[in-house]
Amino acid sequence: MPAALALLLVFQLLGESLRVGFSLPVPGPVIGMGLLLAYLILRQGPSHELRQTSGTLLQHLSLMFVPAGTGVMLHMSRLSDELWPIVIALVASTVLGLAVTGLTLHWLTRGKAQPEDQA
Amino acid sequence: MNPLPTSAMTEIWVYLSAQPLLWLTLTLLIYTFAITLHRRVKGHPACNPVLVSMVVLVSLLQLTHTPYQRYFDGAQFVHFLLGPTTVALAIPLHAQLKRLVAMGGPLLIALVVGSFTAAFSAYAIGALLGASPATLASLAPKSVTTPIAMGIAERLGGLASLTAVFVILCGIFGAIFAPGMLRRLGVKDEASIGFAMGLASHGIGTARAFQISEQVGAFSALAMGLNGLFTAITLPWLLPLVVRLFS
Repeated sequence: MPAALALLLVFQLLGESLRVGFSLPVPGPVIGMGLLLAYLILRQGPSHELRQTSGTLLQHLSLMFVPAGTGVMLHMSRLSDELWPIVIALVASTVLGLAVTGLTLHWLTRGKAQPEDQA
Repeated sequence: MNPLPTSAMTEIWVYLSAQPLLWLTLTLLIYTFAITLHRRVKGHPACNPVLVSMVVLVSLLQLTHTPYQRYFDGAQFVHFLLGPTTVALAIPLHAQLKRLVAMGGPLLIALVVGSFTAAFSAYAIGALLGASPATLASLAPKSVTTPIAMGIAERLGGLASLTAVFVILCGIFGAIFAPGMLRRLGVKDEASIGFAMGLASHGIGTARAFQISEQVGAFSALAMGLNGLFTAITLPWLLPLVVRLFS
């Protein structure tokens, strides 16, 4: 557990350093995710410990959005002033984004990728 | 044992409510309650654990007149874990690497089309309905994972903390409705469901996708990462062009 957690933090640290060093627009943890992926390809897969620790963290991913989400209380007045534009824009654009992405990928891969992977 | 006098109770409350310990403990307790509730109703999507936890916490903070900053002093320890957990998404990605590479072309096309749709439709619909410029700039990156979206919104003249709220509401909405909606549209393969959920509803959609299966989760994680990257690079350049259309 500590070694795996340290490894994740090391990659996050590397990601943050690259972001600041090259003033990249992408957050450090996302760069860290890319770097860890490259490392896993070179090492041909994660250790048992890393797999277990990551599994535990990922299982509780939604918990980690609670503190930022509670920040909704700071914006109550703006939200109520602009309630309908915000609700309609959020809902409609999310539905559109989901539908367009899902249908595009579904059409492009129809009959191709699926059967191969069943084997 | 005699019950504590009210003054002592008040004293304990005044002390504890200023400590990180109380709000960290409550965040975990309330989330645990929300998870239990979610199971009790057999995973009914309307009982989304993030949504339930947010509602309970905001009510509690408002009832006790606790400022958000004091709450966050405790809750930041949970918030901090978002970083290493984002890094950890590399593990399911690696597990699905062969499929991802085999589908590279279609995935890239779906990424570009989906990313533009999610960002510009939010801006356009909000603008047509008369939302203020700061709200619009905070709305545009709402499909992207929280830390990236906050950075983009600041560059666009939006409010980072408002964006975080939009991102999370958008994620909750996607987590609740995406699986059923995609099924109704005839999108039934795991790759497309996962990719759409991660692109439109980032981490919260990904958390939901992992409940469906590891494969759906991996595609969702990939879409979340790619869309974060792609939106961060393209939106600050392209949004000003769209803004001109509406002004």
